[in-house]
Amino acid sequence: MKKYTYTEKKDTRSGFGAGLLEAGKKNKEVVALCADLIGSLKMDAFKNEFPDRFFQVGIAEANMMGIAAGMTIGGKIPFTGTFANFSTGRVYDQIRQSIAYSNKNVKICASHAGLTLGEDGATHQILEDIGLMKMLPGMTVINPCDYNQTKAATMAIAEYEGPVYLRFGRPSVPVFTDPDQKFEIGKAWMVNEGTDVSIIATGHLVWKAIEAAEKLAEMGINAEVINIHTIKPLDEKAILDSVAKTGCVVTAEEHNRLGGLGDSVAQVLARNNPAPQEYVAVDDSFGESGTPDQLMEKYGLESGDIIKAAQKAINRKTGK
Amino acid sequence: MTPDLNKLEGIATQVRRDIVRMVHGSQSGHPGGSLGCADFFVALYFQVMKHNSDFQMNGKNEDLFFLSNGHISPVWYSVLARSGYFEVEELATFRKLNTRLQGHPTTHEHLPGIRIASGSLGQGLSVAIGAAITKKLNNDPNLVYTLHGDGELQEGQIWEAAMYAPHNKVDNLISTIDVNGQQIDGSTENVLSLGNLRAKWEAFGWDVLEMNGNDMQDVLRVLELAKSKTGKGKPILILMQTVMGNGIDFMMHSHKWHGIAPNDEQLAAALLQLKDTKEDY
Repeated sequence: MKKYTYTEKKDTRSGFGAGLLEAGKKNKEVVALCADLIGSLKMDAFKNEFPDRFFQVGIAEANMMGIAAGMTIGGKIPFTGTFANFSTGRVYDQIRQSIAYSNKNVKICASHAGLTLGEDGATHQILEDIGLMKMLPGMTVINPCDYNQTKAATMAIAEYEGPVYLRFGRPSVPVFTDPDQKFEIGKAWMVNEGTDVSIIATGHLVWKAIEAAEKLAEMGINAEVINIHTIKPLDEKAILDSVAKTGCVVTAEEHNRLGGLGDSVAQVLARNNPAPQEYVAVDDSFGESGTPDQLMEKYGLESGDIIKAAQKAINRKTGK
Repeated sequence: MTPDLNKLEGIATQVRRDIVRMVHGSQSGHPGGSLGCADFFVALYFQVMKHNSDFQMNGKNEDLFFLSNGHISPVWYSVLARSGYFEVEELATFRKLNTRLQGHPTTHEHLPGIRIASGSLGQGLSVAIGAAITKKLNNDPNLVYTLHGDGELQEGQIWEAAMYAPHNKVDNLISTIDVNGQQIDGSTENVLSLGNLRAKWEAFGWDVLEMNGNDMQDVLRVLELAKSKTGKGKPILILMQTVMGNGIDFMMHSHKWHGIAPNDEQLAAALLQLKDTKEDY
């Protein structure tokens, strides 16, 4: 079992900011738009380096999505920045018609996703965004797990042609992936191989899955951990290969149980190789105010919840 | 090039024939607004715009047009075909299964001339602003044109975009509102009054012009005037007065022909009022 450690914690949104700057240096067609949240999205560095390629649109997200779609006509690669809620639910029809259906090369970059936005409460804590975005034909949906992976993902989507939803967050979380990693869209990352249960996690839950696997190992359970940073297109082969070996699965995500990674995995299994699956996800509920840690605990998204889910999945597999 | 009024008016008549025949052919679609805007479209594509019928999505080094009120697709499809983007025979496939001429315009089926899907209202102005900004970034001196329905101005996104363009001096943009005073459920006055449109757009910072959209000479004059006002720090807005259903007497002055198709007798009666000028498809 590989041992993962970290020396610092950083927010994934800062990984986005760093990646955006690098993408801008690499390709002059990269432009950025923001709806009055430059600091929150960590877009300052890009704005300062490329003031002529940065567009402040004000508190007008619908207009921002439309402008971004239009900017692709003539070859620009627009990155939009606002909170996940205002990047998806608020502008769903603009994304659907002007970006997804029109197949425009827009990168919808969404911070403060999920419960870990914290004290602002449920109005800002979207838990439905993965579902909304993955249902759009042609949309790529990415939810990286730490600062380094978010930076790498941001640079990778600049080189990919087509609409992308990139989801990241506000809290500082362990930085444990390789700073020089190559990000492959649609390719699952095998974090740890195991034989008893597959823990398939995305975003902030990947580190919690690693913690859970370590504790499970102490209990004699050999868990496989897979990081699905790309929810669509989903690496179905990685999932099927893993479950063929382990026979049961836990999915873990900071999202509503309905419509998230878990549902995508369940569909792959149902169509190919049905297996017991337990969900670590928000149980069809809105969030509320609180610190990120308090909320993750209250809504059942901690490593302890993954451990319990793994035990349950194994019991179901073995008929206990 | 000095415009040949007779020729342009002749094309507009043929476009009106195409519109009613297309809508009759599929027994669905939106003839009213399409007929009202026929003169505007013909002026744009046959006289005013610099454009290339050898279609490139990127639209570099040419003027661009965006139709925001996508439901008047029949007039756009007819003008695109008649100006060489695709064969006029394809107009017969309008709204039929497997057609590139979808009910509302889309890039999805790769129809030449279309650069964005529209139909869900209120989105085209934002898109056009984006395209206009890209032209500036690319040092492309050409212009971006849009068309919107007046009922469409009830959508909030229009006003987000209306605020953005003057603030950011998007002055390579000429937007036109089809002021026919009608929407599906009745007159705009009764459904949700638009108030003083000139005052509203001027207050937002646009350079506002007015034209009679069913007088080819006035359409040409005002569009040329609008062009002369670009590059001066303000976006241009044209309030275009039209009559919904223009050209066919029994379809005029009513919202009833917004979105219904003529039957066989109505089609025959309509075509009697429109001389075949360039041969039907």
